[in-house]
Amino acid sequence: MAGKTLFDKVWDSHVVEKIDKGPNVLYIDRHLIHEVTSPVAFTGLERRGLKVLRPQQTVATADHNVPTTDQHLPIRDMLSRSQVDKLTENCKKHDITLYGLNHPYQGIVHVIGPELGLTQPGMTIVCGDSHTATHGAFGSVAFGIGTSEIEMVLASQCIMQPKPKKMRIIVDGNLKKGVTAKDIILYIISRISASGGTGYFIEYAGSAIRNLSMEGRMTVCNMSIECGARGGLIAPDEVTYNYLKGREFAPKDEDWDKAVEYWKSLNTDADTAFDLELRYDAADIEPMITFGTNPGMGMKIVDNIPDGSSLAENEKPSFFKSLQYMDIQPGTPMLGRKVDYVFVGSCTNGRIEDLRAFAGFVRGKKKAEDIVAWIVPGSKQVEKQAREEGLVAILEEAGFALRQPGCSACLAMNDDKVPEGKYAVSTSNRNFEGRQGPGSRTFLVSPLTAAAAALTGKITDPRDFL
Amino acid sequence: MPIEKFSTIISTCVPMPIENVDTDQIIPARFLKATSREGFGDNLFRDWRYDKNDQPKADFVLNNKTWTGTVLVAGKNFGSGSSREHAAWALYDYGFRVVVSSFFADIFKNNALNNGLLPVQVSDGFLSDLFKEVKADPALKVKVDLENQTITLMSSGKSENFDINPYKKTCMLKGYDDIDYLLSIKDNILHFEKNKMC
Ligand code: SF4
Repeated sequence: MAGKTLFDKVWDSHVVEKIDKGPNVLYIDRHLIHEVTSPVAFTGLERRGLKVLRPQQTVATADHNVPTTDQHLPIRDMLSRSQVDKLTENCKKHDITLYGLNHPYQGIVHVIGPELGLTQPGMTIVCGDSHTATHGAFGSVAFGIGTSEIEMVLASQCIMQPKPKKMRIIVDGNLKKGVTAKDIILYIISRISASGGTGYFIEYAGSAIRNLSMEGRMTVCNMSIECGARGGLIAPDEVTYNYLKGREFAPKDEDWDKAVEYWKSLNTDADTAFDLELRYDAADIEPMITFGTNPGMGMKIVDNIPDGSSLAENEKPSFFKSLQYMDIQPGTPMLGRKVDYVFVGSCTNGRIEDLRAFAGFVRGKKKAEDIVAWIVPGSKQVEKQAREEGLVAILEEAGFALRQPGCSACLAMNDDKVPEGKYAVSTSNRNFEGRQGPGSRTFLVSPLTAAAAALTGKITDPRDFL
Repeated sequence: MPIEKFSTIISTCVPMPIENVDTDQIIPARFLKATSREGFGDNLFRDWRYDKNDQPKADFVLNNKTWTGTVLVAGKNFGSGSSREHAAWALYDYGFRVVVSSFFADIFKNNALNNGLLPVQVSDGFLSDLFKEVKADPALKVKVDLENQTITLMSSGKSENFDINPYKKTCMLKGYDDIDYLLSIKDNILHFEKNKMC
């Protein structure tokens, strides 16, 4: 095994020190912070009398807890307001750039990193949010960290981490019509289960992955954590360079050429072995939907909900408990089930391409009357672009409104909560019990499937409209 | 929070010849509500130490003034059960700095090391000798020398080596946690930054 994987190349080049029988000290290039997981870390730092070592390598935004309407007004929710105020205060005190509410760059951390060109191939990137793997789409090693690790990065620009094992997932072939990046990742997780990636860092490869846009690749990497993996990444290529070129913080002029030259070395050598390698055929993937309470409980939208008979005895109790929470019968179809809410947004599917797909789908049609739809852009820039491209007009024409950027109903910390017992079709990444509001029931889908449900008020195969 | 530096300890011992002491016994779940690390010592071994009416049980070793000291000697497989870090906090807060046993549960061992409490794993033979001698002579002292990784009975001079992860050893000796460790290698980090290619 002479060669190195993409993951090895990036990881190994950031190891400051290997501790004997202990973790690696890993140098962090970019650190993203937000209002919810950072305050305790700053308190810890101050208690030690420390300064932030490299304030220019940390970037902050307010996203998890912010309202998605009337952002120009003072935040009404006290917890949210105090967290946002605390973030502002900490950033000011420690010289950290903050893209706070009403700043033209504000948005979900994992949306703004890439769109500002802060995310680049070969970097190590961390954030106190488990979907940090999103940035892996650029060929960076990116993963979520806990509050004590945030404190480590602030203090030393390093964290202590054991090196994960390596898995490669290859998806070859052409995607069928109506099948998106979200369906690829939901399909993968349904095959390997919500814990099948535990202990691994995943490299996604194969022609179906290569053919995705940058946005699509981000959607795939984003949900790596939902199969338990530490993170996921994709080797950079022309698609990556074209996306990054000219972005605010991307390298310029000679620096750009030098960077691209380095980025070209970031791929897995031919003679490399992975701890685990899986292969799928893109032609097998269809529009997907989850029916249970973890992202591994997914299926083709046209199938019937599994009846549990093929499960091992010890898996059955949690399977049936999950269906009970969802109040759905084993063995019945998903198609045609009534839906109450549609949420389009989050760091999984809140980018411009997702809004384009949704708007393109509903153009000239009408929202189902009894559906409540929350369309939430991932960032201020996405919002602006949606306006400029005329997407907002299309949405409004069809009976939808575009809200203001934030995590919103992805984790329902703000007011965007799905009420108890109601069904939401959601483009976000987690369908855990109560994730979108106490008692809420979530079906995870692609933006196209969300659009189909928004028009019919029912779970609908998006291909019916294509 | 930085931990206290661990220097060589010479102390009398508290013998607890019970095997499989789990973390639920060390600190029962109902006492886990507090949000800081301090104060758990009061409830260390709560249900062994006190009866239902919160009266001390005379037959429990912590209630017997014959045996005191900062070294707890316990039976095989100490610290099994839940991963609660509170178990280590409680032992530390009570005043213990060393736990001697012939086997430790993995997670407990790490939690202990991260909080300045040294788990010393000895052979079954050494452990049973230690129990015997301490029973016979409560004034017997042991010396725990982390630098040299030895534990010695001060009476007979009988000694044994123990294992510890070298990184954790440094942390204990210097009173470091992970952040302190990272700060201590700051020069390496700065050097690394300078030589990095991107
Ligand atoms: S959108 Fe959801 S998953 Fe993404 S950063 Fe926000 S809370 Fe985390």
